[in-house]
Amino acid sequence: MSDTILVVVEQREGKLNRVSWETLTAGQALAAETGWALEAAVIGSGVGNFASEVAAKKISKVYAVESPKLEPYTPDAFSAALKQFIETKQPKLVLMPHTYQVRDFVPKLATAMGRTAISDCIGYKKEGGKLLFTRQMFQGKLAADVSFACDAPWFVTFQNGAFRGDKAEAGASAAPVETFNVQIADGVIRNKPQEVFKEAKQAVDLTQAEIIVSVGRGIKEQKNIELAKQLAEALGGELAASRPICDSGWLPMDRQIGSSGQTVAPKLYLALGISGAIQHIVGMKGSRTIIAINKDSEAPIFEIADYAVVGNLFDIVPPLIEEVKKAKTSG
Amino acid sequence: MKILVCMKQVPQKDAPLKLNESAAWIREDVSYEVNEPDAYALEEALRQKEKHGGEVVVITSGPPRAQQVLREALAKGADRAIHLEDNGFVGLDAFNTARAFAAAIKDETFDLIFTGLQSDDYGYAQTGVVLAELLGWPHATIIMQIEKNDSGIRVKRELEAGYFQFVDMPLPAILTIQSGINKLRYATLIGIKQAKNKPLRKVAMAEVQHAVGGNLQKIERLYVPQKTKNTEFLEGSAGEVAKKLVDKLRNEVRVL
Repeated sequence: MSDTILVVVEQREGKLNRVSWETLTAGQALAAETGWALEAAVIGSGVGNFASEVAAKKISKVYAVESPKLEPYTPDAFSAALKQFIETKQPKLVLMPHTYQVRDFVPKLATAMGRTAISDCIGYKKEGGKLLFTRQMFQGKLAADVSFACDAPWFVTFQNGAFRGDKAEAGASAAPVETFNVQIADGVIRNKPQEVFKEAKQAVDLTQAEIIVSVGRGIKEQKNIELAKQLAEALGGELAASRPICDSGWLPMDRQIGSSGQTVAPKLYLALGISGAIQHIVGMKGSRTIIAINKDSEAPIFEIADYAVVGNLFDIVPPLIEEVKKAKTSG
Repeated sequence: MKILVCMKQVPQKDAPLKLNESAAWIREDVSYEVNEPDAYALEEALRQKEKHGGEVVVITSGPPRAQQVLREALAKGADRAIHLEDNGFVGLDAFNTARAFAAAIKDETFDLIFTGLQSDDYGYAQTGVVLAELLGWPHATIIMQIEKNDSGIRVKRELEAGYFQFVDMPLPAILTIQSGINKLRYATLIGIKQAKNKPLRKVAMAEVQHAVGGNLQKIERLYVPQKTKNTEFLEGSAGEVAKKLVDKLRNEVRVL
């Protein structure tokens, strides 16, 4: 078995998923740490151009894992294809971004190979020659360092934003690209996926907002959202919410921030009554300034807040609205 | 439609967590609740049964306190419960939990198996997909809608950034269910009473031992995350805090 790290790059609907650059950065860091070789693979049908794009980075080799049956994506096809590839090339460590697509097939692939995946990792450590992968537990309240207790190949998925995509080093020259054709027998693929679509029209593009006032479960009732709306208006910002608020229908889905909704990085993100569950944090942790108001001093949102208020938002927001209005009129 | 719902009991969302002595796990003296996505999975199974007839069976693996999750499910309308109750089941990874479940249900013929998309304690999002591979069934994850059709089911898969995708699948199949797929019901008093008489089968480790092995991954340590951000806590009365915030907004954040 060669000591190789394999980064599986994601492509979807004709585009390279940019989060793959983050995984490549992680791969480069791990390669430097371990001294192992770094390779990448793109899976699909006619993905040679994506492989060439990846080959511009500092990497030993890029594979285009090909079969017409790999388009559209299905977990059966992707799992079968990667299993064939991994059994042939035998990388030691297989890295992927923790996308919804990866979540859909990696546990299947790992199980088919009698292995396991450590998923949604935010970093790694090397201790006494062993690799440990750090991940959040209990919605971010605690962290765990996890090791593999089985043979390679080892599967790891990294959380969005755990590494910086723009830090992926370019190569001195283009890495070689090799096509690896896989055979997927009839009857392997059982799902019939239809076209991907966006639900309803999007009335607001939160990614363009400079200021966002966001509400979570701490807002307690639908009628209280009015308070957050007034604050947003006073600040000249947009209203947003964590998933449970949108699930309840208190705000439309296009106001949702998080892994299923929008990912934003505004100048100011004001989180009202938001605990800071991982699925929400991944959608806003890039914000320039984060202010959090929550009555639970242990809320994970305080881990990433620049300014924090442990208190009752219903006591604090009304005077805050007044002070903001005062500040604006006094110029 | 015969549907199995895999459910998990997890510490309550706002429970203050403390590390145990060896820092290998948390202290167990907290309050527990059903894993929220699993509650949505159960609700969806109950609605499918109401629409198409059939049976809803719930299963969990965990210590005696986990039975509460099964009792609540029976009270809401599930027909039968299976509890893998043995200290040996605690701390199993997704791979082995799935293997234990597969062994426990080997004599059953389900049309559908639901799990929540992930658990709020570990957050791996794997058990359902692992189980699908072990059983050799098709699967789909993060599901927001399920419709029965002639060839099986049509499900609505949630993707990132507000995108969705319909997928046609044959039965039997495994689905991992997303929160918000439906609105959760409350158990009625009648339901709670009826639950007492519904079958609850306990499965000891000995019964499924042959299927379970050592964990393939190990939590070396658990710890309070190290803060990378310098958080400034603003204190005082509501009025004072409001003034301090505006001061920050004007002078530091520069949005006023």
